[in-house]
This record gives sequence, structure tokens and C-alpha cells, in this order.
Amino acid sequence: MHRFLILLCLGLAALGLDATAGADGPARAWTNARILPIDGEAIDGGTLIVRDGRIEAVGPDDAVVIPADAERIDATGRTIMPGLICTHSHIGGIGGADASAPMQPDVRIHDSINVRDSGFMRARAGGLTCLNIMPGSGHLLSGQTVSVKLRAAHTIDDLLIHDVDGRMMGGIKMANGTNPQDDPPFPGTRGKAAAIVRSEFIRALAYRDRIARADGDAAKMPQRDLRMEALVEVLDGTRVVHHHTHRHDDIMTVLRLSKEFGFRVVLHHISEGWMVAEEIAAAGAPCSVILVDSPGGKLEAMHLSYETGRILEDAGVLVAFHTDDWITDSRLFLRMAALAVRAGMSRDGALRALTINGARILELDDRTGSLVAGKDADFIILDGDPLSVYTKVLETFVEGERVFDRADPDDRLYATGGDGAGHDQDPYFCCYDEGNMR
Amino acid sequence: MKRTTNDLRTVALGAAALALAVATALHAQVAVRGDVVHTMSGAPITDGVVVITDGRISAVGPAATTPIPAGVRVLRAAVVTPGLIDAHGTVGVAGALNSDHDQDQLEHADPMQPELRAIDAYNTREMLVEWVRSFGVTTIHTGHAPGELISGQTMIVKTTGNTVDEAMLVPLAAVAVTLSPEAQRGEGKSPGTRGKMAAMLRGELIKARDYLARLDRPDADDDDAGDEPDDERHRGRPDRDLRLETLGRVLNGEVPLLVTADRAQDIASALRIAAEFDIRVWLDSAAESYLLVDEIKAAGVPVILHPSMARAVGVRENQSFETAATLRRAGIPVAIQAGYESYVPKTRIVLFEAAIAAANGLTFEEALATITIDAARILGIDDRVGALAVGRDGDVALYDGDPFEYTSHCIGVVIDGAVVSEMVR
Repeated sequence: MHRFLILLCLGLAALGLDATAGADGPARAWTNARILPIDGEAIDGGTLIVRDGRIEAVGPDDAVVIPADAERIDATGRTIMPGLICTHSHIGGIGGADASAPMQPDVRIHDSINVRDSGFMRARAGGLTCLNIMPGSGHLLSGQTVSVKLRAAHTIDDLLIHDVDGRMMGGIKMANGTNPQDDPPFPGTRGKAAAIVRSEFIRALAYRDRIARADGDAAKMPQRDLRMEALVEVLDGTRVVHHHTHRHDDIMTVLRLSKEFGFRVVLHHISEGWMVAEEIAAAGAPCSVILVDSPGGKLEAMHLSYETGRILEDAGVLVAFHTDDWITDSRLFLRMAALAVRAGMSRDGALRALTINGARILELDDRTGSLVAGKDADFIILDGDPLSVYTKVLETFVEGERVFDRADPDDRLYATGGDGAGHDQDPYFCCYDEGNMR
Repeated sequence: MKRTTNDLRTVALGAAALALAVATALHAQVAVRGDVVHTMSGAPITDGVVVITDGRISAVGPAATTPIPAGVRVLRAAVVTPGLIDAHGTVGVAGALNSDHDQDQLEHADPMQPELRAIDAYNTREMLVEWVRSFGVTTIHTGHAPGELISGQTMIVKTTGNTVDEAMLVPLAAVAVTLSPEAQRGEGKSPGTRGKMAAMLRGELIKARDYLARLDRPDADDDDAGDEPDDERHRGRPDRDLRLETLGRVLNGEVPLLVTADRAQDIASALRIAAEFDIRVWLDSAAESYLLVDEIKAAGVPVILHPSMARAVGVRENQSFETAATLRRAGIPVAIQAGYESYVPKTRIVLFEAAIAAANGLTFEEALATITIDAARILGIDDRVGALAVGRDGDVALYDGDPFEYTSHCIGVVIDGAVVSEMVR
């Protein structure tokens, strides 16, 4: 894994140098803006320079030299901040694992995404630039997740993000608690759920051992097994586990299994995470948190608290937020950070939880999540403070390309909703069946 | 014969204590002072005072000219509003646990059950009642949920009280009707189509009209066993029928139909049926109402709009944040609701839903009206709640800033003059 990260960093550094050295494309400079770089103090009267899809410079107006060829855009009264990163989304009309088994690591969510789903336009309208699209929580393991940039897309390939080895970036989705419980072969209890997961990882360890023993000899290699292959990536740490979990004891079970098998894990939702904040911090597990308007809806979310963000922040946990779209609407993602601030989270921490912390969780913080020279030009322009209900996302940029413009009536329709904003597609129901929850 | 001194003293003390208790109850007072008081019955008052005596508002005005009686407890806030009204939800009938034992909002035995009363299903101790109250909601129109053609009755209660009777404002507020595919049944059962839904609803209203007509007749003078049952000459006064009796109250104009309809064609059906039977209708949810503004206005029908943040999926895929503003500009009475949620969040909060409307075309006071005075007028309870005016119920919400801002807090709630919440939320 470390080798992988180092390669990634080197690769980005090389690309960054290329961008600066090349400087072929036209530059654009937004000036007189309030800039929230996230990595760095807020700048009143700031300039952002973008060229070739990357941030060339950011800083106070009087400290940034605007290239002579740059197009100047007066952003007086505007706030510019990094594009928002959602670590847990279900948009795109997706379908992951089916009803045949409780663990289906061979299923890849990117094989199911409809890039023309109106959810993508709504996400851009909400200021999102990067997502982790995941299958649902009705399985112990419902498939591989995919990280995407919300570029203008013709096919799914236009959305994907690759590392320097050309590997598509994404994790794997797991869940415990009541959502994956069902009739056999699904688990009926929490004990059974953990036993199924442990057995499957033990199989994956054996599969990995056989490959190691083959030592490159094709004759000795085991039959290729897509399910085992994905789990080996998890065991090797090259594929992070994104784990749906609510109750405090379920959270501890995730940490226990993570320790036993050495897999890296991000804890998602964690309605009762505030009860075991110290344990989460001690385990070094990042958290992807959702706040919804009332507790309940199911027993394990009865103790959901607006204060989760504050308590985890105080405990030193890396916190990001997620929409869980359609649970909450991507257009209202800024609202989640504001509700956390309402309950005592720091303003800075809440803004980081919408941006750089999500990038860290998705291992994309070298290229997005903050406004720093050399990073991708993923940013949004707002007409006010990001935590105010009255503030609108005016424009969304991904790698320098504008993918949402509220001034364009076609785009505005997706921001406000209205006739034609929906595409009459079935929502993705992760765990909903005619009012019966599981 | 003669009473002892001790006896007399006991009686005297008892009487004094009783008198004091009565006096306390009768003259209980509380005052609320706000940097801004949005009365919703006039312009906002800067540095305003609301005095509540015996559960009702006894004075409202600028602090300079509205004396607070000595010794009265004074609550202070940056912003003061009337207690908020949720114009339609299911809180208290639907609980937070979302398991069978706390879900009484939908009964699936029959597609049409107007006889199901909300008052028989309301849990005053449901945690969601306290939850919404802590954000300033003091009155809720709650009951049977959308999801069956006629799912049952709704009622209006305060978010206080130990029993439903103590909470009660209106025991039968409306009969809930759903004209939407979500109330259709599969596997060959009716209703299975939009056409069938309208036919069944109309058929039931015609039955109820006949029932009302027969109630006016003298009792049947003899046993008509053996006669042709449909023979008009032999049909006298009918046996009491709870179902038709309820619909009869709709037909005679006493109770409206609360018709949940989102698609334009379903809204049109609601208006068509309202006209055919000359009944009162409250349009509920009404996601595509912006397509039928003229028709809704001509019908004189108010809209209890879906939550602003209602998911844009299914029949509400074309919902808009701007619909409240569109309807308001057209002169259509509009309130905003928390609605019915079958999963998480188990309820929404009208304060947050009106906030989104305030950010999408409504002014602050217009948005506040959708969850106070305008909601009260639509629900027919504006003589009691929805505004801060002398004689109205002493229901007040207190905030530490703009109530619609995400980062403001509700810091106090008063219902009928009693301080029911002081938590910071």
C-alpha cells in the first residue's frame, strides 16, 4: 500500500510540474473573491488562477501575479471554495449485489451506472465535484464502490478516476446491524453476520496463500476467482472497506474484524458513534457521517445525534460527511455541515468534513479537496456564506470545466427542481420494501 | 356538636391552599420579550413583548408601551414567532421506532376506511412529538398517512398534553384520500389504476350521499326481509354506518377531503371530484401544482405543500423548491408540511422545510406564514393559533437568531402559557 501511495504522489508531482512547465492553455483568474482554501486561512479579496484544469495559484489579490494572458473574472461578493466531496452516494440508478448471497465482492457498481441520471445534474447543482458511489446496505458485502469526478459525461469512463498504475479508484461496501439481516443465506443475527464475514475472509487468506506459494508459476496458480480477488485487495490494503454501521456495538464489531484481518476501514453513518468516540479514535478509523432531521426510522438509528460531528471532532477522529443520496439530497449537502455547526462542531472542521477530509478518505487528497496550487481545479462559486440557508451554488467546476451554471436555465432547473427535472427513474432503495425495513 | 379548633384550622388551611392554587392557575402569567417579534398579525415589532395570562395572549406590543406585570417570568430571545404549525404530518400516529407496534398511520385491510379515527391512534408520549416541539412546533395536523385510497381521519392537536384529549384542537380535521399510484394495489386487487381509484372514490361518495338522504326519511315501518333490497319504496332509515357517516360529514361540508396528489393528472382528478360533489378539498403534497395554478385558483382550493426537501423521486420527481413561491404569487393559500416519511428521517421538521422556501422565492414573513398564520387559516384554527394577538392561545417559539438559518437554535417553546421546552436545539 505504501508503495502505491508513493507512486501516486510521485505521479501527481510529475503531472503538476508538467502543468506548470507546459502552461499552454488559457488561464482564468477569479479576483476579489472571498476564498476558503480549506488548507489555509480564509482570504478576503483573493485571487484564484486556473489553467489546464489545475489550480495555478491562489492567494490574496495583492500577492498573486495574474498572467498577462489570463481572462479576468471579477468575483466581488462571491465565495470560492473547493468542490464538495461526498463519501457515500447512491445516485446513478445503480444496482449492486442481488438477492443470491450476503457477500458479493465480485460485483462492481461502475458496471451499473447511468451517467444520464438526473441525480448527477442535481449533485453538480449542489456543488459536488467528487463522489464515492456505493451499492446499498442490504448485504454484508454488496460490491465494489467507485470514486468519480462529476465531469461532463458521455459514458461512465468519463467519470472514473485512475491511480498512476491505471487502476480504477474505489473501495468495497460492507454493512452490519439490521439492514443485511434476512432469511438464509443472509444472516439472522449479529453473531451469524460476523461469522459469515470471518469465514469469507479466511477463504480469501487461503486464496492469497495459494497465489503466494505458486510464486509466479502459472501451473500452480489457483483458478481465478473474482470474489476472492476483490477480498485479497481488501486484505492487502489496496481496497478500503466502506462500512455501514449504526449501533455502538456494531461499530465495535467492525473495528474488531478490521483488526483481525488487517483491513482498512471507513465507518459510515455511525448513528451511535458518539457513544464510542474514544474507541474509534484509538483505532484510527476515519468516519463518514450523516445527519438527518429526526432520529429513528429504525431501532438502530434511535440515538442519532446532531452532535456526532462535534464529539468525533473533539476525540480527534477524521470526519467527513455524506449525503447517502437519496436519503438526503445532494443539492443540500452544505446544509449537513451547517447542522453539525448548529450542534457545536467547529466551522472549520465542518467545512473540512465537506471537502479535504472526504478527499483523504477516498485517497484523493493529493489532487482535490482544497484550493492549493497544483491540485485539480475542482471548486465552486457561492453567493454567500457556505453555511447559510440563503446561499446558492452559482457555478461548479471540475478540473477547470464548468459543469453547472445557475445562470443557465437548463442547469437552474436541476438546482430548483421543476417540470422535467426528474427522469422518472426508480430511486435506489437500499433497504426499503413497501414500508418494511430491513 | 362543636368543632374543635384543630378541625377548623385544617379546614381553613385547606381552603386557603385551594384558593391559592386556583388563583395561581387563573392568574398564571408569563411574558416573552424579543429583539424582533413576528406577530403574523401585523408588522414585526422591534423589541416586542408578548404577555400570556391564563394560557391566552393578553398583550402584544413594543416593550416601551407594553408593561410586563411585576413578578412575571420573562423569557428573552433574539427572534420570537408564534408557535409553529405543521399543516400535515403523521407524528404521534407514526412513531420513531418504525416497527409494527408504533406504526398506526396506515391500515391495509381495505382501500377505503374513512371511519378510522386519528384520536384512537395518537400517542402523546411519542418521542417525535417532543422532537418537533423542541424546534418550535406547537400544533400538528396529524393522523392517517397517504398510502390508501381513503386511509382514515386526521386531527389537529397541540404538541403537549398527557392524553389526546388534553392535546386536542380538532378531533376530525379531514378525511385523508390518496390519488396516486402509491395507493394502488397489485395482484389483481383494486384499485389497480388511476381510473379505478376515481371510480371507487366517487362510488363511495354516492353511497354516502344516498345514506344522508335516507337518514332524513322516517324509520321503515316494517320488516322488509324478503323484499328486493334495492326496492326504493322499502328502504327506510338506515342502520348507523360509521364509514358513510364520516363521508356524510364531508358531503355536508363540515369536513374536507385531504387529497394527496402529486402528478398533474392526479391533482386534476381531485379538483374534478371536488366539483362533482361540491365538497371541500385541501390539496396535499401537490408536487406538480405549479402546472395547474389557474385551475387550483379557480377551484378556490388551498394547497398544503409537500416538504420543500421532499425527495425528487417517483411521483414527486419534478418537485420544485420554488413551488411555495409560485402558488403564493398566484394568490393560492399555501401551507408547508412535514409530510409522511416511511424510513429515515421518520419525520421532517416544518421549520427546516419553510426555510428552504424562504431561500427559494418567498420572503421571510411569507415563509413564516406557511407554518403559522396561513397554515392556521387553511386548517380553520386561526381563531386559536398561528398569530401573536390578544385572545389567541399562548403558543410562542423563541430563537437565538433567524429561525430559518441552519445555525440558529430554538431556545424556548411555550404552549398555552406553559413553558414546555427550554432546550437549545
